[in-house]
This record gives sequence, C-alpha cells and structure tokens, in this order.
Amino acid sequence: MDVLVCVKRVPAVGSEILLTADATAIDTRHLGFTIGPHEECAVEEAVRIAERTGGSAGVLTVGPPEADEQLRYAMSMGADHAVRVDDPVADPDPETTAAAITAALRGLPPDVVLFGEASADAGHAQVGFRVACALRRPVVGGVKGIGLDGDRVTLRCDAPDGVEVHEAPLPAVAAVLEGLNLPRYPTIKGRLRAKKATVRVIAPDLSTGRLRTLRLRHRPEARAETVVLGRGAAAAPAVVDVLADLGMVR
Amino acid sequence: MSSLPDRAQVVVIGAGIVGNAVVHHLARLGWRDIVLVDKGPLPDPGGSTGHASNFAFPVDHSREITLLTGDSMRQYTELGTLTTCGGIEVARTPERVQELHRRMSSARAWGVDAELISPAAVAEKVPFLDPSVVLAGFWTPSVAVVDPLRAGELMRERAVAAGALTVSALTEVLAIETGDGRVRRVRTDRGDVDTEYVVVACGVWSPRIAALAGATIPLTPAVHQMIDVGPIEELAATGREIAFPIVRDMDPLMYERQSGADLEIGSYAHRPILCDPDEIPSLAAAALSPTQLPFTPDDFDPQMEAALELFGGILDRPDAGIRHAINGLLSLTPDGHPLLGETPEVRGLWSAAAVWIKEGPGVGRLIAEWMTCGAPEIDPAAADIARFAPHERTRAHVRARAAEGFNKTYGITHPREQWSSDRGVRRSPFHERQRALGAEFFEVAGWERPQWYRSNEPLVAELGVEDRPHEWDARWWSPIINAEHLAMRRAAAMIDLSAFSQFDVQGPGALAFLQHLTVAQMDRPVGRVVYTPVLGPDGGFRSDLTVVRLGDAHFRVVTGGADGARDLAWFRRHLPGDGSVALHDVTSAVCTLGLWGPRARDVLAAVTDDDISDAAFPFATARWLTVGSVPVLALRLSYVGELGWELHAATETGARLWDALAAAGEPHGLVPAGIGVYGTTARIEKGYRLMGHELDAEHGPVEAGLALPRLKAQDFVGKAAYTKAREGEPEATLCTLRLDGARDASGLRRYPQGGEPVLTPDGGRITDSRGRPSYVTSAGAAPSLGTHLLMAYLPPRHAVEGTELLVEYLGERYPVTVARAGRTPLFDPDDTRMRG
Repeated sequence: MDVLVCVKRVPAVGSEILLTADATAIDTRHLGFTIGPHEECAVEEAVRIAERTGGSAGVLTVGPPEADEQLRYAMSMGADHAVRVDDPVADPDPETTAAAITAALRGLPPDVVLFGEASADAGHAQVGFRVACALRRPVVGGVKGIGLDGDRVTLRCDAPDGVEVHEAPLPAVAAVLEGLNLPRYPTIKGRLRAKKATVRVIAPDLSTGRLRTLRLRHRPEARAETVVLGRGAAAAPAVVDVLADLGMVR
Repeated sequence: MSSLPDRAQVVVIGAGIVGNAVVHHLARLGWRDIVLVDKGPLPDPGGSTGHASNFAFPVDHSREITLLTGDSMRQYTELGTLTTCGGIEVARTPERVQELHRRMSSARAWGVDAELISPAAVAEKVPFLDPSVVLAGFWTPSVAVVDPLRAGELMRERAVAAGALTVSALTEVLAIETGDGRVRRVRTDRGDVDTEYVVVACGVWSPRIAALAGATIPLTPAVHQMIDVGPIEELAATGREIAFPIVRDMDPLMYERQSGADLEIGSYAHRPILCDPDEIPSLAAAALSPTQLPFTPDDFDPQMEAALELFGGILDRPDAGIRHAINGLLSLTPDGHPLLGETPEVRGLWSAAAVWIKEGPGVGRLIAEWMTCGAPEIDPAAADIARFAPHERTRAHVRARAAEGFNKTYGITHPREQWSSDRGVRRSPFHERQRALGAEFFEVAGWERPQWYRSNEPLVAELGVEDRPHEWDARWWSPIINAEHLAMRRAAAMIDLSAFSQFDVQGPGALAFLQHLTVAQMDRPVGRVVYTPVLGPDGGFRSDLTVVRLGDAHFRVVTGGADGARDLAWFRRHLPGDGSVALHDVTSAVCTLGLWGPRARDVLAAVTDDDISDAAFPFATARWLTVGSVPVLALRLSYVGELGWELHAATETGARLWDALAAAGEPHGLVPAGIGVYGTTARIEKGYRLMGHELDAEHGPVEAGLALPRLKAQDFVGKAAYTKAREGEPEATLCTLRLDGARDASGLRRYPQGGEPVLTPDGGRITDSRGRPSYVTSAGAAPSLGTHLLMAYLPPRHAVEGTELLVEYLGERYPVTVARAGRTPLFDPDDTRMRG
C-alpha cells in the first residue's frame, strides 16, 4: 500500500504571536519551523501502514527550499521518500496549494493521500478537499481511525453522538486529526538517513488562487472577570449561591 | 510576592542561579532591604538556568575556576541539591590522552581526587559505552549533577526568612538612573526603587540591562545544542535521574549524560551561532523559553554520528527517539572567563554575568564578599569585568573572540596559545620595522608584541641554543628566544614595551593619593623611580608597578599591558571627589623601547649628547634625554637584570627612535629581542615576579619576597594585613626551582610550562598551613644558567635551598631542586650588571 502525506512548513510559535510590521504575516525571524500536530499523526499513520503492508510512505510539500527541513523531519520519522513542489511563496493560498498538489499527484499513484485536518498556521482546512475533488477521489475529513481491507479503506471519525465510520474504495483521500495515533520521535539513525536522502523537486506551472490575506489581527484578549464575593464568614452565603447555581449543592 | 519598596540597599536583577546566590550571600553578610527582580516568572524565569545541563566537573586548568566550582559544589551539597554520579572525560586520540595527563596534573595541583583509567575500566563504569573507540579516561568520582532551580529557591527562602529580601517576579526593569557616575534608582513596570547598588545577574540579557545605566557587559549569547534521546531501557530501569557517570567525549567536543530514561547529548562542536541580546524572544513569544531557541538539526548531525560511535548500543534503537532538541543559549566572553565585579563605567553597578551553573553559588558568594569587604576570598582578577581594554568591549571584538573561543570549550588549549581573530588592533610605532624583521607577534590587551624575531635565527646556531624535541614543549615557542637572551647578555637588546599602560597622576593631592594606593614610599625626590606593590584591602596583590616622580605634584605610573585596564579602574575608583587629583591615561601617547645589555650605555651614548654616566644618571632614576631630535624620558631600571633604560617617547616619534638605536647599536652587537626574553627567560633568571603568575590576591609581599625594608608611616590600602604579615613568619615562600636535564620515559628532554603541581619526593601533594597548594607559577628557560627554572610558593618545611622535590608534567614526574628561597636572583645575585 502506498501512502502519501501532504505537510506544510509552519512557524513554531509561543503563546504570543508577533506579526510583521504590515500585519500580513507572522514575524518568523526568531522562530523555528515545524509541521502541525495533525500532520505528524498523518506521517506516523503512513509509516505504520507502509510497515504493515510493505508499501511506501511518501511525504510532499509545496514551498521554498527551506521546506525541505520539514520533509526531512518526516523522513527521520520513517517516511521513505519526499517530493517538494517548488513554490517561492512560503504560504501560498489554499487554491494554489491544492492545484500544485493535484498537478504533482497526477504523476504519483498513491493508494491513500493523507492530509492534516487543517494547517497549524492558516487553518483553512481546504486543501485536502480541493485535491480530492480535483482528482475525483473520495475524501473524508476529521479522521481519527484508518483501517485497510483489500482495495477498500475504512475511515473513522468522532461524531457528536458516537462514531461515524466511512468506507471508501481506493484510491482515497483523508484529512486526519491529532489523536489518530501517538506519533513517534525521530531516531538518530532516521535523522542521519533523512539528511542524506534526496528530495525530489518538481516545478509545475502554478496559477495564483483567489484568496488574499489582507491583514492579520490578534484575537481580543479574553479577560477573566474576578468578582469578590465578600470577605471572611460574610462571604459564605454568596459562595453557597454560586455553588447552587452550578448545581453542585441543592 | 510582595510589592516593591521605594528604597533598597541593593537591587539584584535576575533570579537565575547567580542572582539567587548573590541575594543569599548578601543577606548572610548582613545586607538588608535587598530587592530581587526578574522579568520572568518563578521558579524558572526563562533564562539559561532553566535549561542547563546542570553537571559539574570540578577540575579545570584555571585555579580560580576550580575554586569557584568547588565552593559551588559545597553549597549545592549543603542545600541538598547535588547528586554525585562521577564523570569521565574520554580520549579518542593520542593528543587527547596527553591532555588528560595534563588534566591529572591540574587535579593533583588543586587537590581534586581523579584517576586515569583504561578503556575497559571506562566500560565497567558505563556499560553501554563502546570501549573500542576510547584510548583512556579521566575519571573524577566527585562529578555531580545539581538542581540550580531548587537551589535558587532555597537561597531566596533563606534571605526572605532573614527578613532581608523582597522578591518581585514578572517585573521588568525599564531604566537604571545614575547621578554623578553612580547608580541612584531602578525603574520598573511595578514601581521605582531608590538604591545605591545594582547587581546585574541577567545572564544572556546582561548587556542590555547594563546598557540602561550606560555600562558595558561584554558578552554575547551563543547557542549550545542539546538533544535528549530516549526512552532507553537500561536508563529507565535505574529509576533515577542519574545513576551512571557523565561522559565527556572530548575529541568530538561533546558530552552524554543520563537524564532519567533519556540520554542527553550536548555539543560544543558546531559552528559558533551567536545572537544579539535584543533578538532573544520574550517569554510569551518563545515556543519553549527565551533561551531555548529552535534547534538547527544540520549543525548537530556530526555529533549524532559521533554519539552513535560511542553509544551505538543504546542509541541505535527504533524506540529511542529524539524527544527534545534545543539550541540553548549561554553566555560567551572574549576570553572565556566570567564577568564579575563593579563595572568600570558606573559606581555601584555590579556585574555577575557569564557564569556556568557549576560556578553559580560560588560566584554569588564572591560577589557578596567583594561588595561587603572590598576583597573576596577567591582571587577575582581573571574574572574582573574591569580587565578589558576599550576595544575589547566592542560588539565586533566580543563576537569575534566568542566565535573563536566557542570550540575551545572542550578543546586542547596550549598555555601559550594565541587568539587568531580580531588581531592587530593596537600597534606600536615600531610595528612595520618589526614585521620587516620577521617578528612573531603575541597579543596582550590588543597590542601586538614581538615574542621573537626570525631575523635572529642565525644566532641559534651561533650561540648553540638547543631546540625542544617535544612538539608540545615547543609549541608557541622558538629557540630564537634563548638566542636573543644570550645576545642581550653578551651585548645588548632593544625590546618593544609600548604595551605598558601608563597614567599621569597630577595635582595637589597626587602624592597623598598615590601614598594611599601603594606600599612603597612615594615621597621621593623628583626624578626617582620607585617599584611598588599595590595591595587589596586584605593585603593580597592587586598589582605591582613603577612610579616615576616627574615633578612635585606630577607622577607617572607604569604598569603591565595585561593589567592596565584593572589598574586604571582601581586608580579611578579611589580618586578623591574634590578634584585635587587628575588622572590621565597616557598609554596611547607614549611608546616605550627598552635598551639593555652590557653595551647599552655605548649604544645610547652614540645617539645622545646627554651625560648618561652612572654618576650623572644612576640606577632607579629618570631623566629627559634627547636622542637625535627625539625627546625621550629615560628610566634607568631593568626587569631583565642588565644595565640599561626604558626609553619613553611620543608615539609618533617612535619609528625615528627605533631607527636611531638600531643604527647606533649595529657595531655593538645590538639585537631586537622579544617578550620571550623580557617576560620569561631574563626575568626568571633574575627571579622577578610577574603579576597574575607569582603575584595574586592569595599572596602578599612578604610571601612573594617583595616586602620593603621599611614600613612607611602613611596609611595605605592593605597596610594592616601587610604589617601583620611582616611581623609573623610567612606561611609560604616564593622559591625558584631548578630542573636540570629532565628526560621523559622515551628519553626526550622535557620542559614544564607552568601550572604543574610540585610534589614531595614520594609524590605527595604540598600545601601550606592555609591549604594553598604548591604549583608552578612560572616556568622558563634560563639560558645563561644552562637550566630550566620554575617558580613556586612552598611552605617553610620545603622552602629550604637544596631541598629535592618533584614536579609532575604530562603524566611523568621530574626531580627539581629548590635553588632559591626568596627573592635573591640566581643570575648575578648582587645585581652588579644592571648597576654597572
């Protein structure tokens, strides 16, 4: 079984996210880069499927040469080959990304294409679906379990009242969620192997999509209101009222 | 957490291990109203203390660092925050094996229990290590892991319990206000605090904080890469944070230590990655912490290969993953030493920066003692923040030297090794002449000084000078030095001494000012040259220098280039506030050429019309002369034991002076000679002491043999201790030892270089009644005596001429004889040559 995982190079941010002066992007001057937690699970799943079935686990990204770092990280986890669709724009819009991946996939015949549910930075949650539609393959999002049975794949998702299980013919596309598995750490040998591995670079003609980032804004700070209910024993009735409202005392 | 008071006796900025140790010791020594602030939260504010590898190897070649580490380990132990695990430095190459022997010598010199062990013995202690790549191990049983965050908490708690400390975390310092050159107020986002003292213990942020007060803390943040690999069954099975010895894999410049179920691997081998204090992300903007920057894996890959070679058995497993990887920040300085003491720019602003975890508590005590008593127990000279020349405090210099020094962290650094970056900053007016003569330049305080001249190479054969057969002994050395020495003793030599630091002290208060700072009587006739020790309050050496009285109220102070910045800061700090003394640094205005040897008078007489006979120009006096058209201040004295002068002239006239002497000297056999002669061979034959070697804060003039015949009536810094020392018997005496024709096991002649332990004939350590060890303070050839000399302080029972002892050098022991106890020179003991 051949599995291909699509990953995105994203900044590893702290609790406060600094923006560039024109507020159109995250200020990454002092940040490292990574792949999102959904994508780490996708890589882990691909490696496990390849190990189990004797197939291959590939990894693909769209981006500038720096994004090779993320491909090598995935390879140090066990992915066995990597493709980078060259795009000088570090964070292209989802339409462009999807078109680039679609073009790349026309030359690759993986049985399963995995995406993270949404990228860790932009969070559009579009690319996997756009690619599946363009390739006319079945797609399921929010996947937290993958089973393989001959030429069919079973995809499990959490639903509000239980679990949804989808069955689809191969080849198929899935967008997975963190929690799908517990991704492994790269090993030293894996890292050394990945460093020497070749990243195949392809450069299809890329059209520019229609989504534009105008400006990024910080979410208004959520302020926790502190109400002093009283002091000493005098506060007791007010505390009882609060607990009663919460249904903790009757 | 309490709110900030309006006033404090001292504000300590930075609650890492150093700041916590400083407040603890200040409180212990009686300071009250101490305020400790940090921008970050407690207990881990986000600085380097929070991510350090936390191990302590007690042996260092530097005595001060070894003492600081030892003191710190005692403090960590007392706080219950030290776990002894032992440690092994392993060698993969023969050169490193030699270095481990040198480590052994240092261990013995400083009294740390250690042993060289075989690869099999290494593997016995660390069973998952592959002994086939190892040639030897340096085993130190007392190596330990410490918990600096917990130690810091306990130290804060003690100071709070003493009612001495207010702690304010999440408090950002916005400004440090000064007035009349001293600290007045610290402004923070939680209020302002009036104070006379501020201690900057901010680690990698220290330059930024000091700059708020207009001072410089010359360090740069730099990356040290670390990864954690695990889980590893054998480590997890111990159930302990650390159960196996720490391994320093010295040749690939890395270490491995157990950290619970993981093996932590750290590296000093990667390219230097420096950053700017202003570029460090804030706590909120950092992914991990401000001092744990994103890992750059490409830089670490060679270390992974090396780690697999040594620990492949446990690292090459599919379930042992790289669980944590950081580019941790630490502080690097231009010379690798810490930055301690009051900043030379701002009174009351103290630096406690560029300190490793293993030295933190010791540095806290040192700073607190220094602030309280004016002199700490451990000599702070090598770490004194006042030690830098102005250019050494620039960003460019700090970065150049830090980049060069980073890979020396685990490197093999020869005691004479020279820096290669940012050279040629300070050049004497003789520089072009010296280059033409093939000078080999060594550096001091940025000055380029010839160590020897290749133009003198023919003298080596002519004077029958032997080379040194062993590469280590001959490194950064040349037989030309000995040839220049003999040529000087035979005829004459001229030596560039422009790196001397020189200050003019003038004004109605000049005499009283100098009397207060020096041991010798300064009230001598105009024209007298006086050599004097300069002491700290505890009577230990602070400096030694020459003072020339140029007028009733005008003195010139001449001191060594290496000591100039510290001496200048010391003098400035003591200037009276009434303006009665003016102090000017004239170092750059004056160049100095030494002219010495039996023919020196003939040479000088050929270029001056002034009367330079002994009657007209006696020893220990100074006079203005004219050499051709160059006015010269001539000082009749000598550090090489020959007749001659220091000739001081305006810098721009230097080349003319050089040419005149060189031409006049030719018929007399004058040669240019380097600092190899001046600083080592000639002075050691004469038993002259050198600041930073024989002379340090641990020893006073009586032990150094430099007590003056008379005690002056005037009070001076260190007088009480000096007077007391004069009245008793010295606990140690500086001795000169002969090492005659020492040959190693392979039959090669060997030449110890300094720092080696001096041992009893049966190999026992020698310490005096104060616990100070006997070790070689200086070593050098004595070509005119046909031997190799060593200097060392010895306790009375050994400080007896003729006593046979041993010196341990690179794994072998050589017999030495005490040739002189005290200051009388071995060469020309009556000084007839220089008085001639």
